Amino acid sequence: MLTKRIIPCLDIKNGRTVKGVNFVNLIDAGDPVELASEYARQGADELVFLDISATLEARKTRHDMVLHVAEAINIPFTVGGGISTVEDVDDLLQCGADKVSINSSAVKNPDLINTLANKFGSQCIVIAIDAKDINGNWKVHLSGGTIPTDIDLYEWAMEVEQRGAGEILFTSMNHDGTKSGFANEALARLSDHVNIPIIASGGAGSVQHFIDTFKSGKADAALAASVFHFGEIPIPDLKEKLRANNIEVRL
Amino acid sequence: MDLVIIDYGAGNIKSIQFAFERLGVHAHLSGDPERIANADKLIFPGVGEASTAMKKLKATQLDRLIPELKQPVLGICLGMQLLCLSTEENNTPGLGIFQTHVKRFSNDVKVPHMGWNTINGLRSHLFDNIDEGAYMYLVHSYYAENCKEAVAHTFYELEYASALQHNNFYGVQFHPEKSSKSGEQLLINFLNL
Repeated sequence: MLTKRIIPCLDIKNGRTVKGVNFVNLIDAGDPVELASEYARQGADELVFLDISATLEARKTRHDMVLHVAEAINIPFTVGGGISTVEDVDDLLQCGADKVSINSSAVKNPDLINTLANKFGSQCIVIAIDAKDINGNWKVHLSGGTIPTDIDLYEWAMEVEQRGAGEILFTSMNHDGTKSGFANEALARLSDHVNIPIIASGGAGSVQHFIDTFKSGKADAALAASVFHFGEIPIPDLKEKLRANNIEVRL
Repeated sequence: MDLVIIDYGAGNIKSIQFAFERLGVHAHLSGDPERIANADKLIFPGVGEASTAMKKLKATQLDRLIPELKQPVLGICLGMQLLCLSTEENNTPGLGIFQTHVKRFSNDVKVPHMGWNTINGLRSHLFDNIDEGAYMYLVHSYYAENCKEAVAHTFYELEYASALQHNNFYGVQFHPEKSSKSGEQLLINFLNL
């Protein structure tokens, strides 16, 4: 049976992990390679690196980081953040990234999805969608959720699938950071609208939230940051409990 | 050990190179027919779309060389699919090593089949010290139909051949280079063949 995936997300700035990370006895919790290796050892199924660096020099640092991560870990990983051209994607894949995640630039230039899927294959093109429930209407937001658009979440999801996206990473802005559970209703509806895998993101606070998003949210994978970084939910424990709840996981 | 990854411009091969580096073996990248013909072992990778990949093989006449190889060859993902008779992906004829056809999953399941799934019915030295039901990482929209040459199968919508073997040719649908410890063991086994 295909398993549900657990995906820790690391925020990267200038080649270092940012936001607090405080678990296990790492020598340097800011080193993405060290953290990635630790997560791989714990049984994470994939990793996502979200690079929030903006400058050109930071891009070079990002390439080095991706190379070092690819050298060190034996599970797949995705790199996202500020990717807007074919060259950006080519560079990252050449450095050993397995997938890239595209967000704002796909909304601004939807043809980019077709171009990337044709050139590199759908399997490595993840479309990240940040959306907010405004009076019952889920609207897509850009630039880390700061810029609202009039685009409907479900319509956009169907469009990105049709254009060749291999996967959707859906972050609910209403749930992100609240630790009150994932946006399961919207997630389940997304799964009814598209036929590509969906990663749930935003709201993880407890083991039950993961159980819920896999069962009622129909998510194929669940992404979280702080609950993993601070050791609040150790991945081996999480997976044991998921399995005890009849959710297929890799142990 | 002279290990060569066949370079025909299909997809990124860094992960495979790195996986062998972690095992202490340097995998050379080459598209030179002579270099390929003389290697001890070969990796035939592939990511992307089948007809484009086949065109690239033909442009360098590797489509003629590969079936003639006598040393162990491991096709990975699209590499494995191209060793089959044909693939539904843009109706592309394959190299015909494995007597099976490659088809697309239906839309009754999510496509691509992406993530970790189990391999079962293991019967090849490729799987020495790998448990029945071990998890491997897969990402693909097309699958090889079950056949006599299947040495492992996986269930997604139906039971399909997730590994194939014919004489010196081996093929795996999953990505051993991304499949944690079990994948590493498979690469070690290939080196030990």
